[in-house]
Amino acid sequence: MSGSDPKSALPAAVVPDRWEALRELTPARIALGHTGVSLPTKHHLAFQMAHARAAKAVHEALDPDAFAALLAARGWPAIALSSAVADRTEYLTRPDRGRRLSDASRTALSAVVSAEAPQLAFVVVDGLSRAAIESHALPFLDAAMPMAAEAGWTVGPIAVVRNGRVAVGDEVGEVLAATITVVLIGERPGLSSPDSLGVYLTHGAKVGTTDEARNCISNVRGAGLPPADAAAKLFWLLKESFGRGFSGVALKDDAPVSQAIDGGGQNFLTGR
Amino acid sequence: MGYKYAVGHEVHRFDTLAVLMAKATPRRSGDELAGVAAADPEERAAAQLALADLPLKTFLDEPLVPYESDEVTRLILDSHDRDAFAPIAHLTVGDFRDLLLTDDVDGAVLAALAPGLTPEMAAAVSKISRNQDLVLVAQKAEVVTRFRNTIGLKGRFSTRLQPNHPTDDPNGIAAVILDGLMYGSGDAVIGINPVSDSIPAVMTLLKMLDDVIQTYAIPTQGCILSHVTTSLECIERGAPVDLTFQSIGGTEGTNRSFGVTLSILQEAMEATRSLKRGTVGDNVMYFETGQGSALSAGAHHGVDQQTLEARAYGVARAFSPLLVNTVVGFIGPEYLYDGRQILRAGLEDHFCGKLLGLPMGCDICYTNHADADQNDMDTLLTMLAVAGVTYIMGIPGSDDVMLNYQTTSFHDALYARRVLGRQPAPEFAAWLEKTGLFDGETLTRRASPSGPFQAVLEAAR
Repeated sequence: MSGSDPKSALPAAVVPDRWEALRELTPARIALGHTGVSLPTKHHLAFQMAHARAAKAVHEALDPDAFAALLAARGWPAIALSSAVADRTEYLTRPDRGRRLSDASRTALSAVVSAEAPQLAFVVVDGLSRAAIESHALPFLDAAMPMAAEAGWTVGPIAVVRNGRVAVGDEVGEVLAATITVVLIGERPGLSSPDSLGVYLTHGAKVGTTDEARNCISNVRGAGLPPADAAAKLFWLLKESFGRGFSGVALKDDAPVSQAIDGGGQNFLTGR
Repeated sequence: MGYKYAVGHEVHRFDTLAVLMAKATPRRSGDELAGVAAADPEERAAAQLALADLPLKTFLDEPLVPYESDEVTRLILDSHDRDAFAPIAHLTVGDFRDLLLTDDVDGAVLAALAPGLTPEMAAAVSKISRNQDLVLVAQKAEVVTRFRNTIGLKGRFSTRLQPNHPTDDPNGIAAVILDGLMYGSGDAVIGINPVSDSIPAVMTLLKMLDDVIQTYAIPTQGCILSHVTTSLECIERGAPVDLTFQSIGGTEGTNRSFGVTLSILQEAMEATRSLKRGTVGDNVMYFETGQGSALSAGAHHGVDQQTLEARAYGVARAFSPLLVNTVVGFIGPEYLYDGRQILRAGLEDHFCGKLLGLPMGCDICYTNHADADQNDMDTLLTMLAVAGVTYIMGIPGSDDVMLNYQTTSFHDALYARRVLGRQPAPEFAAWLEKTGLFDGETLTRRASPSGPFQAVLEAAR
């Protein structure tokens, strides 16, 4: 800046990082370089675009009838339901209503209760990401339902709930009198992961159940935990939970670590 | 017994202390959701005027959450230091605000007062304070904690390096750790939120973190933010645990919803200390909090979310933590609707934490379903940095690819250090200079680091 010739070019502002190759190892925004101490224009504006898209996706609700039809087409009894929330804006500010079924939905669900209570109930909920349900719920169920059948567990009708929270599954589980309720829900969309699915397992779910009674498998998506792997993880947790008669923080996930997570090989940073 | 405030001929009545506190709270969606918020700005102002006239000692006589049924209330009242309280025992909440703003009250006075303050007193005075008051008072406090370095000294500004990965892949996590270290992040802690609470997976990550810290002789500590009972099991199995983490709340019921009790936290603190892994101190606990958790757990007892948040700090201080941070914008718009509410809450939380003697940091953050953006975070970051926040988070490009929210980036921390002339913890700052990553004098990052990272950087090209 202090050069004596005003026409002489200033040095390049953006200093790139030398470790861009490490981006192969993580979807995180590493090696962005810097200008001064700040984010280069290119990355700053790319972030703005990603945020605009993620914020927009939040406002799209699921069509439960269409999704229930997809499940029915696979031969799985399904029922389309709605939470007590009126619309998407209310969904964001009234979690209490998102945790309960609408009166009409509760009545509809009660009408399909069978004499023999199912051991397992699946509840598909849009949550904050319709895209997560549309992309990953079917692949997950395609892997999970045969496992349940092989284990001999009875499965209730699959509930598909619009504008629901995780705890809406408690009411479904209670009405169906299911031993274990498994909720598949669209997680809050991230900038780089708008379609992440969460899976929550609750033993003896009923209205008022709190989160310490649940086990969670999160980040279910192609770039995270693939749906089939998540189903295998759920299967392990289900066996444990059926065996011990509870779920939640007291049910520790002690399944062997997969080769990928165990490192399998050397860590590039520590050489160990 | 009720409280009232008259404006002209109109008298505003508040039936209980909890109602008065809630209605005096600056507007936020969580209190509206709970049905405890003021109906309009006039009722709020009247409640603030009535609260200002309230003697501080009222909070010792009228618990907002019943003593008999809540172990957090019992902890707060049973550990209250009457001698430390004596100098302010005659004051009202309004007098107390006036006192805190004077030059007579400095860091030493605040430190001496802290054991005499209950969380409810801190919350009350915050409710009648403006944002600038929350900054001015907090920046006087100096809360210093130690494990492998010294955190919280005046003029210092620390960061948690948060190298989360969507599948806990150790090499992916290591890539973010390297990125962060190159940007001078990680003196508060290198802390990973694991995807799963699986014990073998957590053990693997604990070992990897320990390897990184030892390989490069980094004067910092590692932490896997798993459930406290998972950390205890890992300690049992011989894992290298530096800090034990837990999310906590301000009522017994909230903590139960997190699967913890005070006795479990005590057991965890003792087990972690028994490993003797700290080199300059034994503050071994790391707590996270956030307004709204009690309502979310159905355990709020009709008390406003900010007061309950301050009570969570009452829990934290019983365990001499190395680090505490409010994850202010993570919970979502149901509790803090937009950037304005997140800003206010972040400043309140930091103020209350510092007043109660905690090493208070802030996860300056928002989710994609809240009405907030990067500019809102810049405002909160700048105000908190001026307020002397102990530490903030550091994430590549502000995008947490595992937890799916936005928090402060490595660049953001450098911005705050640059505009305010702040340095990392002294041991870490010396390490950054010794390893050739930063020039200590000018806070500048060196383009071509020499030293121990050269080989790994060459290999990454």
